[in-house]
Amino acid sequence: MINKVAHKIKELKSAINRTVRLMEVCGTHTVAICRHGIRDLLPEGIKLLSGPGCPVCVTSIRAVDTIIAISRHKDVIITTFGDMMRVPGGGKSLSNAKSEGSDIRIVYSPLDALKIAKDNRGKKVVFFAAGFETTAPLVAGTISEAEHAGIDNFYIYSVHKTIPPALKALLDSGDVLADGFILPGHVSAIIGKAPYNFIALDYHKPSVITGFDAIDILTGVMMILEQIVNGKALVENQYTRVVKDEGNLKAVSIMNEYFEPSDAQWRGIGVLSGSGLELRSRFKHRDILSVLNPDVPEGKEPEACSCGDVLKGIKLPVDCGLFGKACTPEEPVGACMVSSEGSCAAYYRYMGIRIV
Amino acid sequence: MCLAIPSKIVEIDNFRAMVDVYGARREINLMLMPEEVGIGDYVLVHAGFAIQKIEQEPAHEALKVISALIEDAGKEIDPQNASSRDMDGDSSTGSG
Repeated sequence: MINKVAHKIKELKSAINRTVRLMEVCGTHTVAICRHGIRDLLPEGIKLLSGPGCPVCVTSIRAVDTIIAISRHKDVIITTFGDMMRVPGGGKSLSNAKSEGSDIRIVYSPLDALKIAKDNRGKKVVFFAAGFETTAPLVAGTISEAEHAGIDNFYIYSVHKTIPPALKALLDSGDVLADGFILPGHVSAIIGKAPYNFIALDYHKPSVITGFDAIDILTGVMMILEQIVNGKALVENQYTRVVKDEGNLKAVSIMNEYFEPSDAQWRGIGVLSGSGLELRSRFKHRDILSVLNPDVPEGKEPEACSCGDVLKGIKLPVDCGLFGKACTPEEPVGACMVSSEGSCAAYYRYMGIRIV
Repeated sequence: MCLAIPSKIVEIDNFRAMVDVYGARREINLMLMPEEVGIGDYVLVHAGFAIQKIEQEPAHEALKVISALIEDAGKEIDPQNASSRDMDGDSSTGSG
């Protein structure tokens, strides 16, 4: 099956007389592409570029510094997904802050954070709400539980981001030279196909919602090439066993009930208009920034770190001077090397031996 | 790891359900499910919430893929992450 699809890809590519650049938007795809050795199965002239879809990687330095500043308050417990712990802020990570005495706890689910709030009524329990549309509805659901149960000491610090506005901003910037997009599987399980229509209608580029197995990714690439060869630009869905065209309307509805779009700072990329989610005014009492708002300066990216260009698909991790030398998963300089979903970490893990 | 994981429902009590994933039991929340599910159904779970129903055969395939990825990731985990993994299994922000 894999060979058949790989053969078809070769056939299609031979009908396209130029290099084809495809952006895999999602970090889980980046990992899967490296792990399955997908590049080795593709003919020359097809380039796979990583995109901005690693929520840990795009959480801004200022956001990390802000949550650390909040953690310094005595009556505060910070709760976070485990993969945020080692992300460097301007100087420190949450992990450093914890070892210096801040009460920071790793949770599996925002519901676990709510339970901590229930058990610690004298403390302000803050969930560091990072993640895309896959995660934001869960946080909205948790706030709704907090409201119903009257757990008043549960707060969030929202650094949620949304994928379609970010793709639109990147396309508008002219930085992204992709000929087509491998669209995220699980974000799309929530939002469905329609939010990507602008990629086809306004930018005339093909895109395919794609699953995470080797055969899924190859099939996604094949479907994009078929569109290019046939002069089409459509949003297609390869991952139909999980993604329904309409997405998960219930999850979208609860996300929209609690959150509204805001401008958001993407690490290494900058502010992308309308690509963040903040709590609506009637739920502002759940926003920790409405209670504690530390004055934290804009963070500076580490010098020579190419995370931003990697997240925009301009550079590959191996094009960065720090990769595998000054910057490794053990001693990361940029966030792309911290997260297991970061492009640099994925390249290092699966290709490091060949490259370094 | 940021993959949402297919899990089999073994008990349901209103919006709460128990799922079985790789032999481990975990409580999940069904409030975001767009359709009704029952015992024996597979759902995609992300950070404690079911987000989509999936058919049985694709679920089995996905579990195979994910267990290979987890095995890979397990080969190089730093002690900090290892402890969180032991405690929480999979604690991640969830990407795409």
